[in-house]
Amino acid sequence: MRYAEAGYYLEIDLATGNIERVATDPKLMQLHLGGLGTSIKEHWDRVPPEVKAFDPENHLIFSTGLLNATPAFSANRSVVTFVSPQSGTLAYPMMGGFFAAELKYAGYDKVIFKNKSPNWVYLYINNDKVEIRDASHLQGRGAVETQELIRKELNLPKAQVAAIGLAGENRVFTASIEQSRSSASRLGGGAVMGDKKIKAIAVRGTKDIYLARPDEFMEQMKGVTDYIKYRWANPIKDVMTILSGIGSPQEMLHTDEKWHTENFAWGNARTRRRDFWTEEIDESWSKSQHAAVKRLISCFNCPTHCGALISHKDTPRYMAKCFGKLTYAMAAYVDDLDFSWKILQRATEYGVDSFSTPQILAFAVELYEAGILTDKDFAGCPSDKEGRFFWLLDRVVRREGIGDVLADGVYFAARKIGNGAEAFDHNTIKKHEQLPVKLGTLDPLYFLMYSTNEKISITQMEGQWPQSAFPTMEQREEFVRDWPQIPHEGFKQYVLDWELRGEKSIPYYPTPDMCSEIVDWMEMMHNIDDAVGMCCGMSSFCLKPPYHIHNYPKLISAATGMDLDEDGLKEIANRNRNLHRAYNNRKGIRRADEKPPQDHWKKRFPELEEELLSTYYKYKGWNEDGIPTREKLEELGLGYVANDLEMRGILKNGEN
Amino acid sequence: MAKIKKKIRTITVNADKCNGCRTCEVMCSAFHAVPPYSSNNPGRSRIQIITDRLGDIWLPVFAGEYTEAECMGRNKYIIDGKEYRECDSCRASCPARDLFKEPDSGLPLKCDMCDGEDEPICVKWCLVDALSYEEREEEVEEEKPNMTQMEIGLEQFAKKHGLQTVIDTVTRMAKKG
Repeated sequence: MRYAEAGYYLEIDLATGNIERVATDPKLMQLHLGGLGTSIKEHWDRVPPEVKAFDPENHLIFSTGLLNATPAFSANRSVVTFVSPQSGTLAYPMMGGFFAAELKYAGYDKVIFKNKSPNWVYLYINNDKVEIRDASHLQGRGAVETQELIRKELNLPKAQVAAIGLAGENRVFTASIEQSRSSASRLGGGAVMGDKKIKAIAVRGTKDIYLARPDEFMEQMKGVTDYIKYRWANPIKDVMTILSGIGSPQEMLHTDEKWHTENFAWGNARTRRRDFWTEEIDESWSKSQHAAVKRLISCFNCPTHCGALISHKDTPRYMAKCFGKLTYAMAAYVDDLDFSWKILQRATEYGVDSFSTPQILAFAVELYEAGILTDKDFAGCPSDKEGRFFWLLDRVVRREGIGDVLADGVYFAARKIGNGAEAFDHNTIKKHEQLPVKLGTLDPLYFLMYSTNEKISITQMEGQWPQSAFPTMEQREEFVRDWPQIPHEGFKQYVLDWELRGEKSIPYYPTPDMCSEIVDWMEMMHNIDDAVGMCCGMSSFCLKPPYHIHNYPKLISAATGMDLDEDGLKEIANRNRNLHRAYNNRKGIRRADEKPPQDHWKKRFPELEEELLSTYYKYKGWNEDGIPTREKLEELGLGYVANDLEMRGILKNGEN
Repeated sequence: MAKIKKKIRTITVNADKCNGCRTCEVMCSAFHAVPPYSSNNPGRSRIQIITDRLGDIWLPVFAGEYTEAECMGRNKYIIDGKEYRECDSCRASCPARDLFKEPDSGLPLKCDMCDGEDEPICVKWCLVDALSYEEREEEVEEEKPNMTQMEIGLEQFAKKHGLQTVIDTVTRMAKKG
C-alpha cells in the first residue's frame, strides 16, 4: 500500500488520444518528495532543452503535493509545470482551491499531458473513468463560466474544474489557469494549455488516501492546530497588518491598504504616491470593499479565508484572490476601488495573470503618452483611464491590433515595437513582469531572492524573515523571543543586530554571508511547501507560521512511513532546487540573467551586488556562473545531471 | 403513543460562518476509518458541504436516516436572496443522490455524533465555528427501535440478491467459522 501519495500518474497523449494509468516508483518520493520535486524530475527526464513552449514535445504537468488530501491543514496547492513561453525556463505556477485534493481522491498524483490535440477538448476524470471529451461548445467561454458549464454538463456538482478563458485559447503569454477561488497564473500556463487545445480538466474522486502512522500524524496536527489558534490570538507586533497574521495576506478581509498603495509604484511601475491614503480614500475603499465582498472563503481544508466571493452591482459574481484588488487600479491610476471589482471580473473570465497583465496595459498607455504607440494603434480606444484599460484588456486577450503585440508581455512587445520602446521595459527580470516595487536603495535579500530564484518573481519568495529592521531593541527582542521556526539560533542575533541606519543597516547588513543563509532558508521552505502542496501562506511566505523545518519532517514521516529527519528533508529540498537550477541552466540561464532592472533601486551598488551573487553561489555550491558544480550535484545523488551538463559544455570537465 | 424523555445530541450549523473548506468532511472520514485516521476520503464523510459557490451557498449537512424512496419534493426556496434546492438541506441518504453513501458499496452512512468523543470530530476541527455541538433533553414520542447499520446493509443485499441468498450466505459463513 502507498501512503500519502496515490501512487499513479495519468499520462495523456493528446495527439493520439491514448490514456494510461501508470504506477510510480516509490523511490521517486524518497528522492524528490512529490509535487514540484517529482515534476521537475519528470521534465528533466522527458523534455530536452531544445524544446520550446509551443512545441508539441513540451509537457504540461498538473501535480498534487505529497500532503494534499490528508488532514494537514492548508495542503491544497496544485503545481503546474511547463516550459514557459515568456521566460523559456521551467515554470511552476501554483493554485490553491480544491483541484489537487480531488485529483488525489480520484487516485492520481499527477496528470501529464504531452503533444497537442487537433481539436478543443476537456479531460474528464471520475475515479477510474477517464475520457478526453469534445470542448468545441466551450470555445470562447469564460474561465469561471466554463467551470460551471462542465459541472452542469456532467451533473457532478462536486467535480473540481480547472479551465482557461479566452486568453489561454489565444496563447496570451500571461494567460492563467483558473479554478474555484484560485488560479495558476505566472509565466503563461494558460497559454501552454491553450496551445495544446485543452479547455479544461474536470475531476471527481471518492477513493482513499492512506496515512502510514495516523496517531503520530494527528499528534503533529494537534500541535499545528494549537499554534494556529495561538497565532490568531497573538498577531505579531510591530509589523504591518497584512504580515501580522497567518495565511496569505488577508486583503479581502483588511481594507487598510496604506502600505501597498503608498510603497508600491503606480502605473508602469513609475510613481510612488506617498500621500495617497487619505481619510476620504480610506472611507471610500472600505465602503466599496465591504459592499463587494459577499463572503470570505477558503481553499480546501484551510481554516483561513484569503479569498472572497465578489458580488459588485451588475457585475457577474466571481471569486477573487488577494492582490488583484490593487493591481489594476494602481496600474491604471484609478482611485476608485469599484473599478477593481469590475475589471477583475472580466480578467478572471478571460483568465489572465493579475500581476503581469496590468503592467502590460500600463506599459501600453505609457508608450502611447510618449508617442511611441500612436492614435492608429489606439483607434477606437476611450480616452478615460477606466475605459482605456478595459479596451486594452479586450485587445490583448483577443490578440487584436496592438493587443497581439502586447499579448507576448512587456519584454517581447517592447522589442517588437522598437522605436525606443525598450526603455519602457524597466520592470522585467528574465523577461517576466515583476511587482511594481521600486525602492530607494538596494535591499540585499530582496536582490538575491528576486534575481536568483526559479520562481522568477519575488511574489512568493519572501517570507519568514522580517522585511526590514525593527527600530528599537525592545521590538527586536520581542520578535526573536518566541521564534521556534528558525533553522538555528544564530538567526536571532542577525535580527537583534540589524539596524535601520548606520553600519549594520541595508544594504551592507545583513552581510552577504548572512543573506546567503537567509535566502537559502527561504528557498528551502518554499521548496518543501511546493513538494508537499502546502500553501506558502501557512509556511514559507509567512512570519512565524504553523509549518516549519522542525515539524515538517515529523509530519512527512508520519504520513508516508519513511523516516525522515531534518537533515534528510533539507537534502531532498536541496536536490530539487539544484535539479531545477540545472534544468534552467540547460535552458540558458546564467549569472548575467540574474539582475534586477537598472532603475530598480535609485542607488545601486554594483560591487556589492556582484559580491552578493558570488557569495550566494558559493554557499549554494554553484560556480561563478551560477551552475551547480559536479561536487555539489554528486553529493545530492545527481551525478547524471553533472554528466549531462558536461556533455553539453555547460559545466567544464572537472570544474568545481 | 407514549412520551419519553430523550437526550438529543445534535450539530447546529451556522452556514454564514462556513468558509467552504471541507475540513469537516476530511476529518469525519478520517475518524471513521479503521484504524482511526488511517485513511481520508470525503466521499465517505457523514457530513457534506452542499456548495453553489457563486450562489453564496456553503451549507454543511450531516447525515440522517436512510430513506428507501426518493421524495416527491423538488422545490426551490429563496432564503436571504440565495436559492436553495429542497435537496440542499435534506439529511437523508436516498436513491436519488449519491450523498451519504459509501462510495464503493453504496451503503448508506449516518452521523453517529462520533460516539465516545466529547464532541463530534467535525465540530472539533471546524476552526471557523460554523459547527457547534448541542446536547439537550426533550420529550419525544416513543420510537420503534432503529435498524442497526448491519440490518440496513443486509436489507440492501436482500433486495439485490434475495433474502434466501443472504440467509444461505450467512449460514455458509457461520459453518466455515
